[in-house]
Amino acid sequence: MALQDKDRIFTNLYGQFDWKLAGARKRGVWSGTKQMIEMGRDGVLQRIKDSELRGRGGAGFPAGMKWSFMPKDDPRPSYLVVNADESEPGTCKDREIMRYDPHRLLEGCLVAGFAMGAQACYIYIRGEFWLEAEHLQHAIDEAYEAGLIGKNACKSGYDYDIYLHRGAGAYICGEETALLESLEGKKGMPRLKPPFPAQVGLYGCPTTVNNVETIAVAPEILRRGVEWWTGIGRPKNTGTKVFCISGHVNKPCNVEEAMSIPLKELIERHAGGVRGGWDNLLAVIPGGSSVPCIPKPTCDSILMDFDALKEAQTGLGTAAVIVMDKSTDIVAAIARLSLFYMHESCGQCTPCREGTGWMWRVLTRMIEGRAEIEEIDKLWDVTKEVEGHTICALGDAAAWPVQGLIRHFRPELERRIVDYKRTHGKAAVSLAAE
Amino acid sequence: MSVTTHPKVTTFPEPASGDFAFTKESQAQAEKHLAKYPEHHKASAVVPLLWIAQRQLGGYLTTEAIEYVAKVLEMAPIRVHEVATFYSMFNHQPVGKHFIQVCRTTPCWLRGADELARTAKEKLGVDAGEVTEDGLFSVREVECLGACCNAPMVQINDDYYEDLTSERLSQIIDDLRAGKEVPVGSQIGRVGSEQEGGPHVLTEISETGHASYPFGSGEDVEPEEVRKAREEAAQDDGQAGDTSGKGGGS
Amino acid sequence: MPTLTINGKDVTVPDGVNVLQACELAGFEIPRFCYHERLSVAGNCRMCLVEMERAPKPIASCHMPAQDGMTIWTDSEKTRKARRGVMEFLLINHPLDCPICDQGGECDLQDQAMAYGFDRSRFTENKRAVPEKEMGPLIKTIMTRCIHCTRCIRFAAEVAGVESIGALYRGEHMEISTLEKAIDSELSGNLVDICPVGALTSLPYAFAARPWELRKTPSVDVMDAVGSNIRVDTRGRDVMRVLPRLHEDINEEWIHDKTRHACDGLGRQRLDRPYVRNDKGRLEEATWDEAFQAIAGALKGKKGQKIAALAGDLCDAESMLALKDLMRGLGSANTDCRQDGAKVDAACRAGYLFNTSIAGIEDADACLLVGTNPRAEAAMINARLRKRFLRGDFRVGVIGEPVDLTYEVEHLGAGPETLKELADGKGAFAEVLKSAEKPMVIVGMGALSRPDGAAVLHHARRLAETYGMVGDGWNGFNVLHTAAARVGGLDLGFLPGEGGRDTTGILDGAEKGELDFVYLLGADEFDIGRLGKAFVVYQGHHGDAGAHRADVILPGAAYTEKNATYVNTEGRVQLGRLAANPPGDAREDWAILRALSDHVGKKPLPYDNLGEVRQKLIEAATTFAAVDQVPEAGWGEFGQAGETDSAPFGLPITNFYMTDPISRNSETMARCTEAFVLPKQKATGTHG
Repeated sequence: MALQDKDRIFTNLYGQFDWKLAGARKRGVWSGTKQMIEMGRDGVLQRIKDSELRGRGGAGFPAGMKWSFMPKDDPRPSYLVVNADESEPGTCKDREIMRYDPHRLLEGCLVAGFAMGAQACYIYIRGEFWLEAEHLQHAIDEAYEAGLIGKNACKSGYDYDIYLHRGAGAYICGEETALLESLEGKKGMPRLKPPFPAQVGLYGCPTTVNNVETIAVAPEILRRGVEWWTGIGRPKNTGTKVFCISGHVNKPCNVEEAMSIPLKELIERHAGGVRGGWDNLLAVIPGGSSVPCIPKPTCDSILMDFDALKEAQTGLGTAAVIVMDKSTDIVAAIARLSLFYMHESCGQCTPCREGTGWMWRVLTRMIEGRAEIEEIDKLWDVTKEVEGHTICALGDAAAWPVQGLIRHFRPELERRIVDYKRTHGKAAVSLAAE
Repeated sequence: MSVTTHPKVTTFPEPASGDFAFTKESQAQAEKHLAKYPEHHKASAVVPLLWIAQRQLGGYLTTEAIEYVAKVLEMAPIRVHEVATFYSMFNHQPVGKHFIQVCRTTPCWLRGADELARTAKEKLGVDAGEVTEDGLFSVREVECLGACCNAPMVQINDDYYEDLTSERLSQIIDDLRAGKEVPVGSQIGRVGSEQEGGPHVLTEISETGHASYPFGSGEDVEPEEVRKAREEAAQDDGQAGDTSGKGGGS
Repeated sequence: MPTLTINGKDVTVPDGVNVLQACELAGFEIPRFCYHERLSVAGNCRMCLVEMERAPKPIASCHMPAQDGMTIWTDSEKTRKARRGVMEFLLINHPLDCPICDQGGECDLQDQAMAYGFDRSRFTENKRAVPEKEMGPLIKTIMTRCIHCTRCIRFAAEVAGVESIGALYRGEHMEISTLEKAIDSELSGNLVDICPVGALTSLPYAFAARPWELRKTPSVDVMDAVGSNIRVDTRGRDVMRVLPRLHEDINEEWIHDKTRHACDGLGRQRLDRPYVRNDKGRLEEATWDEAFQAIAGALKGKKGQKIAALAGDLCDAESMLALKDLMRGLGSANTDCRQDGAKVDAACRAGYLFNTSIAGIEDADACLLVGTNPRAEAAMINARLRKRFLRGDFRVGVIGEPVDLTYEVEHLGAGPETLKELADGKGAFAEVLKSAEKPMVIVGMGALSRPDGAAVLHHARRLAETYGMVGDGWNGFNVLHTAAARVGGLDLGFLPGEGGRDTTGILDGAEKGELDFVYLLGADEFDIGRLGKAFVVYQGHHGDAGAHRADVILPGAAYTEKNATYVNTEGRVQLGRLAANPPGDAREDWAILRALSDHVGKKPLPYDNLGEVRQKLIEAATTFAAVDQVPEAGWGEFGQAGETDSAPFGLPITNFYMTDPISRNSETMARCTEAFVLPKQKATGTHG
């Protein structure tokens, strides 16, 4: 059964109402916050653990467990860093939260920060989100003024600062350690792990980095109760989730839905269906550009959650559903993604720096079919040489869409190569490659 | 095997003539940003300060500006140059008064981003990275701007223009050139990322939240979890089963 | 002590090592490019990936700490695949121009491609080309070859202490850059060594030779008193290049740019035959016999008091011993090896040594520098101080001219007054020294080579005692010499004999006409004009200041051209080796003196081969018997209580790149002077 409005957390997702403090308060934000803090650090932590909330930024790591990695009684200050560097192609959910429901995020920052013993929170927002940063800064100023954050936040006796930090255009800063590097004033190049941020994070201090949505839903879980949250979705895939549906659908939109909703239902009920009808569907990228695409037969029955999609050799990622109908040049679509990853590779480690460009160049030729049949295997090999060999997950993210393409659309690649040879003659391929 | 250079030969930007220093306004802004970071981590402010410098210079950075920021933050100049060349939003060449950035990544591309880019370039008679002769416009294709449910879209300076068609973008360019005000955001009347024509969910709620939402009042009310813990504690005859139950209600 | 299973073999490794080191200890080679033992771990080349049990992905062994119970496979299918992949990626955009690359034959990429690479390329796209960069007079860049390992960035920032190299842009556009500026570091030449490919190569050595054409001779450096271990690469008679040789206790694996690049001075302005000044006052080529006859003539009937000898800064111990023996044989006590007038004496060996030892710096927890700029005077010691500083909890105080030492220092004062005050237990830095467990003081020639040097030394000793710097197992008192010959000269007593004159006395005497004959053994660093009318013999290898004034020139051998003994500032005896023969008629220096002794004095010197000279050396000072050791020197009285001048301590070296006849004749050093020294002098206007 689809999610009902009463169970939706982001009640101003569409910006119908006042996003400022007064409006947010009317919608229930900042209510009972003090009492949440009075649950105690362990109390909040246990509830988040019990809720089985998984990170909304892509990897789906259990949030409660992540928070519990923060050391206790450490003499160093510790930090919560909110990853608002939303740049995963297809994803535009955090943007809506920040521009239309910023107080929900701030409340989450306070509660989550408290649960991990943080003294301050930095929200790292991508540089392009100018309006969103303005809204968020306004909300922060309001919250300070109302005594909701800062000294004795919400009269809880807990001191807590929230700062906004704008990035300047680098997808890689969405990787948590790259984000920390960037926040420290360096190039956003991912760090080697271990140590993990919970031990050595921002300024060498214990730090937890969480996605905007993860943080923003946390207070509501406490407010309404763990049972309410776990009653939505499937075990290990609980709660609500904001899905971004883009591409070839009749009415693209963001929608907060129950986790584990069938993909088909999601598209048909909320996005007005695939352009030209369900049968006109070619493939879907179900979780943002970093996950492999799935062809229509898989789309017919797949559930939208972490575990179901993993079984289908793809992933929930950021729950950004990119829909492609039969008119799509699937090779060009994936080549675009390869271009994206080449452009966004930080250049630090070899496989990603060299491999992303190589994949893009081969794929670009394959759009026309200007390649050899054997090159499909070579391309597959290259993706496998990148995957798992890099410092961060960008290498994997660059490899998977290409793997998805080869896995599901190999005949299409072959057809183009054969066609090209037929129309251009055999010699043309190797010449053109020069 | 032939060897060619990159489409863009990356050479170090030529130093522009003239010194650089923050204006009073820039200085004030810079200080606001510097206050956010711990004392020994001034370098954290490098991106904010470069932003301020870029804004002051009208959209791009010069070597002098980069080295000025290095001085302010007591950083080695090379470290600031690294940052300034790493992030794609820092420009090292002048841009037009209206800097059009066309999102070209797959979600926008599926809905006609190529068309938009072509329209912009042809209409303005410039290639990517070039500025029109009157200095009003420049165009660049950029990677995902994160407004995929409102694709295709462009960013002009700070603002997003969404749900575009070639015709609409063309019109926007004309209007900007004519100095007319152009509404930002969706160009087809959407407020945000709701369905075109109005939200199809969240229809059961009013400005004050859900009709059936227990905490709609904005009052400091007792969260469900707290209430339950308190009741349980009372049932256990004062035995606090969970420390968090303390101080819940009463 | 964790125990790991590597390829099925159990190995126990020391705490704190990483998996890569553990594998090496177990005898398994791990290929790598970015990893370097002396630099921070970047983990970016991905060449050292190995398979670890229970890890879903191969791990970067350079970065993973070795932990108990780990199971590592360095030769599994997964590991091999990962390496092959990385190797392929490294090569796709590498130009593979090995035939015209100076790194060819000693290139990590070449070697590892042989071992781990494919035999052909699958990359059919266009290769990347990267514009060259300007990095100054020492480093040639071919940036298309760069594999972005960032060793150079890390070396500059960490070891050299100059943040001048970085990587601009991102992704495959990433480029190493110095912002088109020369790398202003005395250690920049090491960048060439640490670059694993041919992206950074030696500019002076460009296209000069192939490594397999070179004869490699291990030797020691004489450009300062550190005695860095070097390898001299020669082709025929030419020294083609000088490279560092690993010595953990001295220079680790670095050398400074003068050590490395002054070697082109060995081929210019060389004295390759004897000269005698004729009646017209012109120097004229002569045979050895004629030259010796001229000297014998000049000495005829001269009393010992009228004769003197000075030994220069590059002299080996053997030749100084021979000259000393010769002078004593002629009845002269006027000998000195301290041409800068440094007030150190041989009374107590600990009083003129760097007692802490260079490696010992790493154990110190506070340091005071007195009248010294170690960066110019002993760059390797400065690098060690920086290394210690980076570990933290190491405060450094400076008395003397404030200079940029690449680490944080506290400037306490300019001259002897501050030193005295601190020696009395007063002053801002007193607390630091008091609370330190292993404090050290380094006294430089800027403090000692001045008229009140003996009093300064006295106060420095007092200071060492005040703060308990000398005790069981720790001696924090250090004299930093600038001359490679100095400690050897002091050890063997090339000092004024009974009633003899020191350098000042000799120069005064020559000026006043009280001396008739002065023998200069490679001595150029003093005011030559003060030699008055004395008959001057110059024995040395370069036509420098001393040779111009000489009446007889005897061509000697430079440090690469003789088997010779040097003692570094720590008191460490080291052997330099002959890498190439001296040019023309030039000969090894002790042998020249031995031959001369046949013509002058009562009887010839009592040694006919190197072995016999060295035997005599050991008789003169037993310390010469212990090669490459730093025996503890006993503490005692040294220095002289006395008045001090309030003048600030100066710095003995104003131009690091030109300090001796070899470097003054080096074209490369001239270029460095032009690039690094002259602009600064212009800027400050002090030396303009």
